[in-house]
Amino acid sequence: MKSSVITFPGSNCDRDMDVALKKFGFKNKMVWHDDNELPRSDLVVLPGGFSYGDYLRCGSMAAKSKIMQSIINFAKSGGLVMGICNGFQILVETGLVPGVLLRNKYLEFICKNVFVKVNNKDNQYFKNLDKDVFEFHIAHNEGNYFCTNDQLKEIQDNNQVAIYYCNNDGNTDEKFNPNGSLNNIAGIFNKEKNILGMMPHPERMIDKSLSGEDGSFFFKNLLNNIK
Amino acid sequence: MTEVNEQLAIDHGLKKDEYKKICDLLKRTPNLTELGIFSAMWNEHCSYKSSRLHLKKLPTKGKKVIQGPGENAGVIDIEDGDAIVFKIESHNHPSFIEPYQGAATGVGGIMRDVFTMGARPIANLNSIHFGSPQHKKTKNLLRGVVHGIGGYGNCMGVPTIAGQTSFDSSYNGNILVNAMTLGLVKKNKIFYSKAAGLDKPVIYVGSKTGRDGIHGASMASASFDEKIEEKKPTVQVGDPFTEKLLLEACLELMAGDSIIAIQDMGAAGLTSSSIEMASKGNLGIEINLNKVPCRETKMTPYEIMLSESQERMLIVLENGKEEQAKKIFDKWNLDFAVIGKTTKSKNIELFFNNEKVANIPVNTLVENSPMYNRKWKKSKLPKKNRIKKDTLNKLKIKDVLKKVLSNQNVCSKEWIWQQYDHTVMGDTIQKPGGDAGVVRVHGTNKAVAASVDSSAVYCWAHPLTGGKQVVAESWRNLISVGATPIAITNCLNFGSPEKEDNMGEFVECVQGIGEASKYLNFPVVSGNVSFYNQTKEIGIKPTPSIGGVGLIKDYKRMITMDLKEVDNLVLVIGKTEGHIDQSLFARTILDEKNGPPPEINLFNEKNNGETLLQLIQKDLIKSAHDVSLGGIITAVSKMCIKGNKGLEFNKIKSLISEMEYLFSEDQGRYLIEIQTGDLKKVTKTLIDNSVHYEILGKIVEKQITINQKTNITIDELKSYNTNWLIRYMSS
Repeated sequence: MKSSVITFPGSNCDRDMDVALKKFGFKNKMVWHDDNELPRSDLVVLPGGFSYGDYLRCGSMAAKSKIMQSIINFAKSGGLVMGICNGFQILVETGLVPGVLLRNKYLEFICKNVFVKVNNKDNQYFKNLDKDVFEFHIAHNEGNYFCTNDQLKEIQDNNQVAIYYCNNDGNTDEKFNPNGSLNNIAGIFNKEKNILGMMPHPERMIDKSLSGEDGSFFFKNLLNNIK
Repeated sequence: MTEVNEQLAIDHGLKKDEYKKICDLLKRTPNLTELGIFSAMWNEHCSYKSSRLHLKKLPTKGKKVIQGPGENAGVIDIEDGDAIVFKIESHNHPSFIEPYQGAATGVGGIMRDVFTMGARPIANLNSIHFGSPQHKKTKNLLRGVVHGIGGYGNCMGVPTIAGQTSFDSSYNGNILVNAMTLGLVKKNKIFYSKAAGLDKPVIYVGSKTGRDGIHGASMASASFDEKIEEKKPTVQVGDPFTEKLLLEACLELMAGDSIIAIQDMGAAGLTSSSIEMASKGNLGIEINLNKVPCRETKMTPYEIMLSESQERMLIVLENGKEEQAKKIFDKWNLDFAVIGKTTKSKNIELFFNNEKVANIPVNTLVENSPMYNRKWKKSKLPKKNRIKKDTLNKLKIKDVLKKVLSNQNVCSKEWIWQQYDHTVMGDTIQKPGGDAGVVRVHGTNKAVAASVDSSAVYCWAHPLTGGKQVVAESWRNLISVGATPIAITNCLNFGSPEKEDNMGEFVECVQGIGEASKYLNFPVVSGNVSFYNQTKEIGIKPTPSIGGVGLIKDYKRMITMDLKEVDNLVLVIGKTEGHIDQSLFARTILDEKNGPPPEINLFNEKNNGETLLQLIQKDLIKSAHDVSLGGIITAVSKMCIKGNKGLEFNKIKSLISEMEYLFSEDQGRYLIEIQTGDLKKVTKTLIDNSVHYEILGKIVEKQITINQKTNITIDELKSYNTNWLIRYMSS
């Protein structure tokens, strides 16, 4: 399976994502933001980091970079596009997924393990996973998901929420929400579920010596689903 | 043109006799630009004029040392052709004036020092010290500094893996922000700052030059007074995004063979970087200032030379490689300009609008810079306090432990380190909150451990002992995670060297550091001195920060401090003699501020540490933690909190009182967890090596029990330890 990780100026989880994808059997290519053409890919990943310094709204500059047009075309033709952290911010800025990401509720960067509950398994990313609650890792300053009431209704009607923040038992109470995001939303899909944006970093959880191993389940399963 | 005279020189922070020396060396009066250059090169921060004489005595060599002090950072060998580049540096003065930018550019500056040498930064650490929590500025300074450190390090994508935070009223007017970075490089791809060859192009890359940070290094070479707020323009403004691009572009250029020398523009900007490269290469350098990319219009030669704008580098390239290099910097959208060349003149010659605006022999700025043998006062070892048994007997363990665990210098600092990305790069295997941070060497079985420590109270009570103690503590922290200690970097934060007391503290702390590092074979490979941490007449407590680095050959053998299994035993290694003076217990419970710090026995330190490493290598240790601030019971509590398990103490068999046994801060001690079945093997090794030990107790489910009368649950321990900082910051 072929994957592409896009490097924007200021991306800093691009290598980590490359390492993770290769570890679980993807043939990954790094793609420069200024390229026009996307290599043939089964999966495109927009990695975490601070694209263009994120001095404007996070992800807004990257959303306008050259490679994005081919990614948008790829996504619109049904290709799998996954945005992690800053990648999620870029996805909302392109409009590929609805909503916005505001600053964290307490105005502080948060780096820690969190639990997330998978809401929708009827898609290439999460189908066939044999559990619902995963321990992932977050590291962000702007992960506070927000959208209008109309958008929220549409998201819910189309079952577009991918994951919610929760505790280890899968309880999605507000007190397990690390950043103030609406309804504890940690990740969402587009209507067709081929585009996934999420704040947690599964690529940091791929080895028992690291923060945990739940990322390994995610990547292994993803590869099997795409095969 | 401004007329240059003695008064103007004094306004630049130079002394009368220093100005006279400049005129003598030049055999004329300098012009304004030249005076600026001299003031930048001859200030304390850049010239080390008060400290050089004493720093020379530090042990800097060793089998693992590839590069000692004198370069941008120190370099040590970690085998298999890999090397670690590391250094710690202060950014105290700017952080007090403007906490966010001061701290951020401190982090940016130290990372630049590391990647200038060809190394990719793989870990950041910091040591930050604030005034009393009750002081009106403390909370905002803490918040600003933490945001600044996070803002820069997080954007760079380098994990912040460990640190130290303390509060003490001596920092009310002068906070300390020390930043440390470790980088990874191949041994045969290290870059140095020594220029070589004539007529080689001198290249400027990175951000444009602005008017920020002018006289930053001079500001950091003076005490504060009530007008300090006016110095805000001397604080640099950081742009971590540009630094990230600069890092990637430099490493891309370094993969080839076009660089002869490279030097980052840190303190004193273009001035010190160009002069250092020329001086090391015994060459001259010629710069056309019209070619320097400027952010603002009408900048004068004086401003261009003294600007401390961040994210800039100076490179001496091989002839004919300019185009190839430019392509890389174009790709990363960074400025690239050929601004001059190396010459045989041995002078620094500056041109602006076709006129020569400065011409100074390089050696007058470097070799002939002032060096002082300042007067200093030796400290006496204070007399021991006699603590009445009655006083101790009246105290209840639980009450005291609650106060100690919630003390601002012991309590959990999670509120701070959660704001630092500590997991990016995917190799952090020991997060902040342990004895040392640990990152794997990417793609190998090796890992590197790093810790940063300081003990201002001990150094204040007796500088010689304190200096030794900080090095010993660094060594213990590395051993506690299973790393073999290799070398240290030091950041020496002191008051004014012009005061005999402060200078004495410096001299004796350095002596202590030297003795310990020599004995432990733990050489000093890099560092920095920050004097004048002083507001009017009041200086800080002497605070040398030691950053230690060690190697774990197989990262699966790393040790953490969390208790692992019920029914395992906990032993204390090293002798508990009941030294209470200068302990947290003495200062906060007994309100006793006098007396000597605990003695350092270097033989025991070395022997205990090396024996523990043997046990770790034999796979007999399940968890370990060194005993430091707050004594045995504090160390036990932290192990319990992290492992969510308790400890049933054996009956304490000791001639000293229970309080002394639990809270004393005798040095050279560790707590270790072992399996009951391994007890014989472990004690044999300890006895064979003449290491004193006691069996402290047995791990149980939920609580600490001492002599059947004191019971403290893990939840109670957690509530004592975790809440103070969060409450303080939200109050």
